[in-house]
Amino acid sequence: MSSPASEVKSSPPALLYCHCKYAQVVPPEVKAEVLERLCQSALPFEAVPDLCELSARRDPALRRIAGAGPVKIAACFPRAVKWLFAAGGAPLAADTTEVINMRVQPAAEVVASLLSEELKANLPAGKAVASDAPGQSVPPDSADSAASAPVS
Amino acid sequence: MALTDIPLRVVLYEGAGAAELPASDRLQAVRDLLERGFGVTRAGSERPVAPADGSPVLVLGRWDGPVPESEPAPKLRWGGLSGGSASAADQAEAACAAFSAPAPGAWKPWFPVIDYDRCTNCMQCLSFCLFGVYGVDAGKKIQVQNNDQCKTNCPACSRVCPEAAILFPKYKAGPINGDVVQESDLNREKMKIDISALLGGDVYSLLRTRSDRAKSRFSKERDSDKALAERQKCLTKLAAITADIPPEVLMSLPSPEEIARKAEAAAARAAQLTGSPAPGA
Repeated sequence: MSSPASEVKSSPPALLYCHCKYAQVVPPEVKAEVLERLCQSALPFEAVPDLCELSARRDPALRRIAGAGPVKIAACFPRAVKWLFAAGGAPLAADTTEVINMRVQPAAEVVASLLSEELKANLPAGKAVASDAPGQSVPPDSADSAASAPVS
Repeated sequence: MALTDIPLRVVLYEGAGAAELPASDRLQAVRDLLERGFGVTRAGSERPVAPADGSPVLVLGRWDGPVPESEPAPKLRWGGLSGGSASAADQAEAACAAFSAPAPGAWKPWFPVIDYDRCTNCMQCLSFCLFGVYGVDAGKKIQVQNNDQCKTNCPACSRVCPEAAILFPKYKAGPINGDVVQESDLNREKMKIDISALLGGDVYSLLRTRSDRAKSRFSKERDSDKALAERQKCLTKLAAITADIPPEVLMSLPSPEEIARKAEAAAARAAQLTGSPAPGA
């Protein structure tokens, strides 16, 4: 019988796209192509206007995403994404998270990585849990209390 | 509207009871929603999406029949995406108002994010920040407490961090934007701005010990004219190499007394949280 951890790893990763709406640091042509290909794929995904804003708000969406198992995130630098989630009270699991950097990677590369079923975990090593950061502990019931999606 | 208010979540539903949208329609709806600041979940059966929670939700779809009733769930609203419907983004704005959810885009999210893999809790950022962004938690560790008070486009605190542990993800260049920190970054002059030199005092010692002795040394042994001259020299140097720090920030750097006061206030807040007496009390 497989362990819960291996079961999580074997499930297809959830997909998250950050539109980085409030800054001009991601090339617009990269964002446009990635979003277009994501929508063409017909795969389920989460698209957020701006991960920074979610982090500042400690938006429950971060905990939903971080707690949903393996995830691929098209956003910016892995170090920034790791600590944005931690600051939002939703630490990402180092071994089941892949961050694809739209600031520096070409759109075709981002799309290929995002839509591939293979997950290449790449969060920087080190403390990865929010409880390691001061004042960032996640209430134990915050992620568990979520009900199933109404429509999935 | 407080930053802690929970925003609206929009779900684009294409499962049983609704038609699958053409890719172009899906793209238009998602793009419009994102451009107006709304997050979107495109739900389906092939891969997982994040589960529901207490967020107010608007579910949009091209329904086979009438649009489902929105009652009785108080935070759930349904909407259509057929020809005669309002746009997805317009429906989201209406739902946002109906739920009294925070309007997106009211604040540009510019604030520091601490890389605790690198942070040594030296408190330079707390000392340096003019806007009260930083504080300490119950364990007296540095943390970002008031991110909405950060001066937009000011990365000054990351410049004074000796470990390159402060990120501004929207900054133009690394390592402040989250890019990998190289040894050369730490050795670069601009990453080594020493706030104690800048302010002409042994600030770190004061912050670390918060003892009467340190306070005394700080206030009595330093020659004020010499300190001011050193400060001006450092400010000139700082302005030359960090053109992106707003002038008003440079011109209103805290005095040693202000730093001491901020450190004491932070320690008092921490003591209040832990129930222990404040240092020096």
